[in-house]
Amino acid sequence: MSEDIVFWVLAVLAVAAGVMVFRFDSMARATYALLLSLLCVGGEVLLLGLDYLGVVIVLMMTLEMAIMAVFMVMYMMNPAGLMPMSMLHNKKGAAVICVSVFAALASGVLLARWPARRGGPPTDPTMSLGMSLMGPQMLTMVTLGMALFATIVSTVVLATRRGRYDRFGDDLRTRPADDPVPGGGGR
Amino acid sequence: MSLDLLLLLAAALFSIGLFGALTQQSIVMLMMGLELMLGGIIVGASAIWHYITPDTADGQVLVVLAVTVMAVEMAVGFAVVTALFRTREVDMTDMAAELRE
Repeated sequence: MSEDIVFWVLAVLAVAAGVMVFRFDSMARATYALLLSLLCVGGEVLLLGLDYLGVVIVLMMTLEMAIMAVFMVMYMMNPAGLMPMSMLHNKKGAAVICVSVFAALASGVLLARWPARRGGPPTDPTMSLGMSLMGPQMLTMVTLGMALFATIVSTVVLATRRGRYDRFGDDLRTRPADDPVPGGGGR
Repeated sequence: MSLDLLLLLAAALFSIGLFGALTQQSIVMLMMGLELMLGGIIVGASAIWHYITPDTADGQVLVVLAVTVMAVEMAVGFAVVTALFRTREVDMTDMAAELRE
């Protein structure tokens, strides 16, 4: 019974906050609404018995939204929302697409004959996740590691203003380096 | 609380996120829509784990995958916004349409 109440509170909060993300004028409010929505998602995961993953989601979302708020202020033309303006395009088409996607998903959820529950949850789901990632799902883990490494490299490449090819030419042989402001010692 | 209700919640979050990703002009807001969609996927994966296959850890691995996709999406998204803004002062999706021509 208490589980049901917690589920409904979290579910309603998650959906309501998700809607408010795109209705607030102020970017700070939108970010916090998204944070609330994703924290409720983490709460639902905790409620389902996945303690480790739920806590990971809660911690990660808190940090991620803090970073997102900084980028919001940097890149949005109207971050405070003091001059309310519409930043939407193709609202009608998108609404039609989203309602039909939700209808398709919901009918699938309600009409599909879901298989019966197989076995019970292990006494320690975190342990079974770890054993799985270090055993049969090792390929997944390795792929995720490579993807994260590729992300680090590509973000640095994309975010660098002037890399070595800009400074030393295509063959990296230009000396001294072609800098807008020359460094000390003529280098 | 049941599998149907949790999957409906996941579908609702996914659809709201899709609406945001399709309508928002600002690239940062578009990424918030993508995050909501991934949040829906997390709810769905954990519900499937809890109600259908709690004896294997595959559902949990799917949640780990979704969380990683979230992190990668944020990092690469902001790097692309930074690169776009550096080269052409663009922060809106409609202005970044060079490939259209």
